Amino acid sequence: MQEHAAGLPETHGHEETHQHEPTGFWTKYIFSQDHKVIAMQYTITALLVGVVGMVFSWLMRLQLAFPGQLSLIQPDNYLQFMTQHGMIMVIYLLTAFLLGGFGNYLIPLMIGARDMAFPFLNMMSYWTYFVSVILLFAAFIVPGGPSGGGWTIYPPQSILPGASPGSEWGIRLLLMSLAVFVASGTMGGLNYVTTVLQLRAKGMTLMYLPLSVWGIFVASVLALLAFPALFVGGVMLLLDSLAGTSFFIPLVNQFGRQLGHEGGNPILFQHLFWYFGHPEVYIVILPAMGVVSDIIANFSRKPIFGYKAMVISILAIGGLSFLVWAHHMFVSGMNPYFAFWFAIATLAVAIPSAVKTYNWMLTLWGGNLWFTTPMLYAIGFVSTFVAGGLTGLYLGNTAVDVPLTDTYFVVAHFHLVMGVSAILGIFAGIYYWFPKAIGRMYNETLGKLHFWVTFVGTYAIFFPMYWLGAAGMPRRYYTNEAVTQLPPSSHELNIFITIAALTVGAAQLVFAFNLVWSIFKGKKAEGNPWKATSLEWQTPQTPPVHGNWGPTEPVVYRWAYDYSVPGASQDFTPQNVAGGPAQKAKASGKTKH
Amino acid sequence: MNLPAHTPTHPRMEEASHGNSRGPGGPDGWNSNSDHGGDHDQPRLATAKAGLWLFLVTATVVFSMLLSAYVERKTGTDWSILPRLGILWLNTGFLVLSSAAMEWARRLARRGDLQGTRFWWLLGGAFAVLFLLGQLLAWQALYIAGYGLSSNPSSSFFYLLTTLHGLHLLAGLIAWGWATVSIVRLPETALAKSGIKIELCALFWHFLLLVWLAIFGFIWFVS
Repeated sequence: MQEHAAGLPETHGHEETHQHEPTGFWTKYIFSQDHKVIAMQYTITALLVGVVGMVFSWLMRLQLAFPGQLSLIQPDNYLQFMTQHGMIMVIYLLTAFLLGGFGNYLIPLMIGARDMAFPFLNMMSYWTYFVSVILLFAAFIVPGGPSGGGWTIYPPQSILPGASPGSEWGIRLLLMSLAVFVASGTMGGLNYVTTVLQLRAKGMTLMYLPLSVWGIFVASVLALLAFPALFVGGVMLLLDSLAGTSFFIPLVNQFGRQLGHEGGNPILFQHLFWYFGHPEVYIVILPAMGVVSDIIANFSRKPIFGYKAMVISILAIGGLSFLVWAHHMFVSGMNPYFAFWFAIATLAVAIPSAVKTYNWMLTLWGGNLWFTTPMLYAIGFVSTFVAGGLTGLYLGNTAVDVPLTDTYFVVAHFHLVMGVSAILGIFAGIYYWFPKAIGRMYNETLGKLHFWVTFVGTYAIFFPMYWLGAAGMPRRYYTNEAVTQLPPSSHELNIFITIAALTVGAAQLVFAFNLVWSIFKGKKAEGNPWKATSLEWQTPQTPPVHGNWGPTEPVVYRWAYDYSVPGASQDFTPQNVAGGPAQKAKASGKTKH
Repeated sequence: MNLPAHTPTHPRMEEASHGNSRGPGGPDGWNSNSDHGGDHDQPRLATAKAGLWLFLVTATVVFSMLLSAYVERKTGTDWSILPRLGILWLNTGFLVLSSAAMEWARRLARRGDLQGTRFWWLLGGAFAVLFLLGQLLAWQALYIAGYGLSSNPSSSFFYLLTTLHGLHLLAGLIAWGWATVSIVRLPETALAKSGIKIELCALFWHFLLLVWLAIFGFIWFVS
C-alpha cells in the first residue's frame, strides 16, 4: 500500500511534471523521476557491480589453474568468491540491468508513453536497489566476511556457525540485501506491468508491441510472482539465523554440542528458493530474447518470422517456468512420480524455446544482413542459447541429471544458456540503443573487436567445461587434487579455461573504453541510424528529452516489423506512419484497428 | 485479476492536450461531474487500481508461500498446538467492521456525501487501529503462555504471519492518515480530490481482511 500511496502524489502532479522539466542538479540527475535517467542509474550501477562479480570469477579461475599459488585465495575465500559471484551476476547485474535498465529505458519509449505510470515509485525502486547493493557489499567488512554458502544459500550450512564462511553476519546482510532487492523489484515490476497495460499510445495494441516490450513485460510479471518466494524464504532463514527459530534447521549436533534448533526442514527452503530461482532465470532470458528478436529483424531488414508464435512462446516459457522448479532438486530426494512430472514439464520448455530459435533463424534466412556490432551480438546470443539450452535436455532427465549433478557440466549449461546469453543480449542492446540514449555513435571497429574476443572467448571458457563435467570434475571445489577419476589432461584444460577467462576480461576494457570515449568523442548520431520502425527511434530529439514526445504523443498505425514492404517508398515504415502498404499477411494485429 | 482493459488515451495524453486549462472542479474528473457516470472510465483511477491489483497479487503470493510452508512444517513431530486465544475472534470482528466502514465511506464518497464519508472513513481507520492493538494483546497473551518467537514452529509462524499482516495494515494506515489530511480539510466541492485514495484504501482493506481470515483460519482450524 505504501508503494501505491507513494505513487499517488505523482499522478496528481502530472501537469507540472511534464510541463516543467526539473532543473536542479539533484532532481535532474540524482533523485530524478524521469525513466531515462533512472534507466541510466540502473545501468551504471549494475555494470559496476558486474565488474566486481567478474573479478571474483577471475580469482576462482586463478585458483583452479594454479592451485594454492596465490596466498590471497584460501579455501574460505574461494567459497566466498563463488557465492558472491553467483549472487551478484544473477540478481544484482542481470536482473537489475535487464528490468531496471532496459525496462525503464525502453518501455515508455517503445509504447509511446511520456514516462512510467508511477514515476515516484520508479525513483524509489532505483534507490532501494542502491541500498540493497550497499548491504551486499557491507558483508565484506563484517567479521567473517561475506557468505560462502553457495549462491543457493542452502541451510543448514549457510547459517550454522562455522559450517561455511560468513555464516553469521555475512549471510544475514545478504538476506537483508535480498529482501530489500525484492522490495525494489516489486516496485519496478508493478511499474513496468502497469505502464504496458495502461499507458500505450493510441493505436498500440498488445499485438503491435515490439518483442522487446513483450519480453520485459512477461519477465516483470514473473518477477512479481516469483520474488515473493525468495522474500519469504529469506525472511524465514534470517529468523532461523538471528532469532533461533527452526523453520529450516533440524536438530544439529555440531562438534558434540547440540544446537538450539529442532525439527526444521531444509528441503522446504530448497522448494521456496527454486520456486523463485527457476522463474528467475527466465526473468533474465526473456528480455534478452525480446531485444535480440528486434535487433535481428532490423538488421535482416525483414519482419520477424512468426510474430504471434514468438509472443505465444514468451507466454508459454513464462507459464512453464512455475512448473519446473524441483528439477533443481532431483538429488534432494523426492517421490519418483513427482520427479517424473518435473522432468516432463522441464522438457516441455524445449518446445517454445525451439520455436523461438527457428524463428530467429528463419528471420535471418534470406535477409539483407547488416553485420553491425549489435547484430553480431544478437546472432551470438542465438548461438550460445542453443549451445547451452540443448544440454538442458540432458539435465532435465532425472536419470541423466543424477550423475551430472554438481559437476562442471551443470556449470557449463547454465553459464551458456542464461549467463553468457543474457550478457550477449545486454551487449547487443547497449550497442543498439547507444546512439539513441547518448546521441553519439560508438566505434564500430572496437565494438567488433569486443564482440569477437568475447564470443570466441566465452565458448573457450564454457564449452570445455562440458567435458570436464562429463569426466566428473565437481563444481564448488577449491581443489581437485583428491578427485582421482580426473585425467591429468583436465588440469591443462583448466589452465586453458583460465587464460580464456582472463582474455575475455581484458576485452571488457575495450568495451569500457569504447563506451566512455564515444560518450564524449563519438560521431554525432542521427535520430534513427538503424532505419528502425519502432517508436523509440521516432522521438523528435535524440537523445529524447523530458516527456519524450514534445507537444503531441505518437499515434500507432502498424506493428513494429514493417521492413522491406513491397511497394513502400523505403525499406522500413515506422509504426507511427499512417497508410501505405504493410506486411499485412504477417501483421497479427491487422484487424485490431 | 481484474485489470482494466486497454485504455487508448492515458492520463498524460489528456493532460498534454488540456494542460492547465482545466477548471478547479476536480482535476481528475472523479465524481465532479456525475453526468459522466462511474469512475471506471477514468484512466487515472484505472491506472492506480491496476498498480494496486498487481501489488495485491504479489502480496497474495507472499502469504500463500508462508501458508504452504506452514502446512508443510506442521507435519514435523515437534509441532505443538498453540493455546486458543479468544481475543483473535474479537480482533477479527474489529477488522470486519473496519473493512465494512471503509466500504461504506467509499460508497458515500461516490455519492458526494462528504459528512458521511468523513465519519465512516475515520471509523474505519479507528477499527483498524483497534485490530492492531488487539494483535499486540494476543502476542502478549501468547508470550505469557510461554510461547516466544523461537519456542516452537507453531508460535514462530504465528508471530511471523501476524507481523507481516500487521505491517501491511500499518502501511495502509500510513496511507490512510495521509489521505485523512485532505479528506478532513477539503471543502465539500472537492471531495473528488480524495476519491482515488478512498477507492484504493477500501480495496486494500478488503484484501487485508481476506488475508487475515485465511491466516486466522489456518491458525485456528489447521493446527
